[in-house]
Amino acid sequence: MRTSPSLAAVALAIAAFLVAFLVIPVATVVYTAFSDGQGGFTLAHFAAFSGISLMRESFANSLYVAGVTVGLATVIAVPLAYLTVRFQFRGAVLIQTLGVLPLVMPAFVGAAAMQMLFGRSGSVNLVLRDAFGFTLPLMEGLNGVIFVETLHYFPFILLNLSASLANIDSSMEEAAQNLGASGWRLFRKVVFPLAMPGYVAGASLVFIKVFDDLGTPLVLNVTNMLAPQAYLRVTSIGLEDPIGYVICVILVAFSVGAMGGSWWFVKRRDYALVSRGGVQAPRRTLTPWQSLLAYGWIAAMLLLVLSPHLGILLMSLSKVWSFTVLPEQLTFAHYATVFTDAKQMIWNTFLYCGLAALLDVAIGTAIAYIVLRTAIPGRQLLDHLVTVALAMPGLVLGIGYLRTFKGIDLPFGGGALTASWLIFVLAYSVRRLPYALRSCMAALTQVHPALEEAAENVGAGRWSTIRRVVVPLMMGGILAGFVTSFITAAAEISETILLTSRESLAPMSYGIYLYFQSVLGRGPGAALGVIAVSLVAVGTYLSHRLVAAGSPHQSPGGRA
Amino acid sequence: MKTLAARAVALALACLPLAAVADTVTVVTSFPKELTAAYKKAYEAKYPNDKLEILNKNTAAGIAYVREQAAGSRPEVFWASAPDAFEVLSGAKLLQKIGPGNPAIPAKVGNYPVNDPEGYYRGQALAGYGLMWNTRYLKANNLPEPREWADLVKPVYFGHLAISSPSRSGTTHLTVETILQGEGWNTGWEHLLAICANSAAITERSFGVPDGVSNGQFGIGLVIDFFGLAAKNSGMPVEFVYPSQTAIVPANIALVDGAKSSEGGKRFIEFTLSEEGQTLLLDPKISRLPVLPSIYAKAPAGYPNPFGGTIQAKVNFDSTLSESRYYVVVSLFDQMVTFRHKELAAAAKALYDAEKRLGGKKSAALDEARKLAFSPVIDEKQASDKALLALFKAKKTDADASKAKAKVEEEWAAKAKANYARAVELASGAK
Repeated sequence: MRTSPSLAAVALAIAAFLVAFLVIPVATVVYTAFSDGQGGFTLAHFAAFSGISLMRESFANSLYVAGVTVGLATVIAVPLAYLTVRFQFRGAVLIQTLGVLPLVMPAFVGAAAMQMLFGRSGSVNLVLRDAFGFTLPLMEGLNGVIFVETLHYFPFILLNLSASLANIDSSMEEAAQNLGASGWRLFRKVVFPLAMPGYVAGASLVFIKVFDDLGTPLVLNVTNMLAPQAYLRVTSIGLEDPIGYVICVILVAFSVGAMGGSWWFVKRRDYALVSRGGVQAPRRTLTPWQSLLAYGWIAAMLLLVLSPHLGILLMSLSKVWSFTVLPEQLTFAHYATVFTDAKQMIWNTFLYCGLAALLDVAIGTAIAYIVLRTAIPGRQLLDHLVTVALAMPGLVLGIGYLRTFKGIDLPFGGGALTASWLIFVLAYSVRRLPYALRSCMAALTQVHPALEEAAENVGAGRWSTIRRVVVPLMMGGILAGFVTSFITAAAEISETILLTSRESLAPMSYGIYLYFQSVLGRGPGAALGVIAVSLVAVGTYLSHRLVAAGSPHQSPGGRA
Repeated sequence: MKTLAARAVALALACLPLAAVADTVTVVTSFPKELTAAYKKAYEAKYPNDKLEILNKNTAAGIAYVREQAAGSRPEVFWASAPDAFEVLSGAKLLQKIGPGNPAIPAKVGNYPVNDPEGYYRGQALAGYGLMWNTRYLKANNLPEPREWADLVKPVYFGHLAISSPSRSGTTHLTVETILQGEGWNTGWEHLLAICANSAAITERSFGVPDGVSNGQFGIGLVIDFFGLAAKNSGMPVEFVYPSQTAIVPANIALVDGAKSSEGGKRFIEFTLSEEGQTLLLDPKISRLPVLPSIYAKAPAGYPNPFGGTIQAKVNFDSTLSESRYYVVVSLFDQMVTFRHKELAAAAKALYDAEKRLGGKKSAALDEARKLAFSPVIDEKQASDKALLALFKAKKTDADASKAKAKVEEEWAAKAKANYARAVELASGAK
């Protein structure tokens, strides 16, 4: 543990970056919400907010949607997690697939397809109406948002819960079984409480993501929720409208509250087991009936989870899809349209997300090294600051950027910062930094300091040790971090909608949103969606491979 | 590794979307990508030194955007349907006079001037408002094809219609104003409220209506003509009709004051009004009505022609009236319909159920219920009150005015809610 001035300078530079592009924009938003315009403190904007019935309704709706989504996601995820970890079961691969498939498809892209499949005159309801004379209001209003978000976000609970179930010492279960507990009682009284940390982490993440989501409600035409209201206030009334900032403060408060709450919940109780790992619980076998039930549940979920993928593919290939179960004529024309009209957007996505991810792994590697290998005072602060970024809704950061950097011009006549492509790189890199940092931290933890000492013993300086020994040894984790940052940024929509000032600057995610804004744009929008989804899918596969290759002792798939 | 990274950065820098080529013409528009893509392609082919930048925003967001930019960094051109938006912009001194353009374009369509009499903006295409329906949907649900706005108030259409909210869509505001001006304040609102009560959804943007009708989520929608015609001409199973109480209003284009390249902006505006620019409107995916009458000779058979009398526009749209009460009408609609749609629909449902139950028998309670459900919360006189209009036009930063405005809006909302609840009560108790 040593401190060198040059490393301290790097730490300071990173801190300055985080302050400028994370702390100040968020602080500006919070300040504006509480400011009376003359520099004084006021609660008048909050009073105005609570005086508008639409705002109260939006608040209640956002809470309702996020709460119900967590509940439904739990219902889907808990049986799946329990099945994979505790039973001798050949469907485990299927469940792992289930855990990844939804994350590949941005929720707002899937939403458009879900409308065609489950909407008022969607495929499912047309069949139901013909056969039984009734329809299900699956996509009506808030139901649609809940449905789409549940299918998109339940993997967060599944992945976290599976990981924490796998860590429970089997002796606890055996003890409970010896005392006569079995089945549901065993699960409810022993297994689930022990797996609580994983569940709470997953559930709070789902809550936040749904609470903050802007793209899905907008595509589904739902505006009486907080995030769409903030967006509408700020875009159509203007950046001066205080209500938008009040909503942002509420979003931030809930995000921080949910994350802090889940952290506190886990800390408060002692979940440590005397022995863990090593002794994996023996996997039980399923009775034929149980198997049937399990496979049935998995098949149903797989079908549901695949439906947005299938729907978007059909939309991208259909010439006319109206009031029929399946589209009638197939065409590749939408792909041709996209490749002629939206080339720039595809390129922009690669440019912004690539640069943002590059910045992320550079900063992530540096922070990991500073935190784990130096004694620079306050180094943990960098780690904590980055974690804060995880809790910041994209919408809030986007509004914060627009407000903070308004009127700031780039040097050399580059025009306004908020109207340049740089703003995307900055916004994406700040919000995706936590993912990259986790990867880099994990990678560096696995590099034994003895290797560095050995390098220094044979005469390598600190920087060349970092360059020639540390970074190459971390490469697997760094690449995985790069890919994760890249694909999550490529699928980002909240910040993107706010920050896109010109069509030529827009990345693919905005392009999809824009195409979805016109009747004849559904096809090209879906085609662009398929391209984006394929990109994210390849990236996800790569990052899993990289994690698996880079750390033979870790199981892949624990990222959330 | 290092050289690879360096090369990647160099490559990235080389391919950056460069800002200034020669003249960058930035156009703020609410028009769909099909239209902007066609104009971008044609314009850049004709003027290879210019670069056309499209900023797609809905009308309200577009106005806010132009307003918030400092002089010198504003977009060059504002291009949208709603004439009110241009009045708002020219009122805020954000437009530059360009005077009349192509002399072959007539001064008036019906009684409506094509170009702004003061010369701040020009008509670029014509638009009428009408009804669009999904033929398969109507057939599957055994619904008759509508002809007039008034047809849509019938109970058979309950849950099958769609309309957007004027606060979110300039074109819907025009539709609402057209109905209010064509049928008068009271009858207009009565019809509007009944139509909205019959709607399955009040959509967020005007495109939500044609989109939902095209893919069969809704049966019938109130739309601006090109949405219906473009979908129909592109092979969707939809039909479109102009009711007799419609207005033909120009969709406009204007040069923004304080833009970087006014010359470029002017060049683009002239291009959209030239023979070439006008012909683009006939593209099936665009399907708009040109302002240049000679273009209609090239149009396919059956293409509506406002100069040839194929559209009966009985309403002489009064844009001064429309502009003067813009905020009041928009807010009224939101308080009575957008935010209270569930309650309004419930009131209509209760009315229809009662009508069915009574089998045509007269009932005072039912009449009272209908009146409560389908009357505006303020009458025309109240709506044209100078103090009220001023209150709604006050600056957003004026804290007292916005407080007073919020209070008025809450009153409307509360009254509407109470009316709908009472209507349900009366209707379900009607004997």
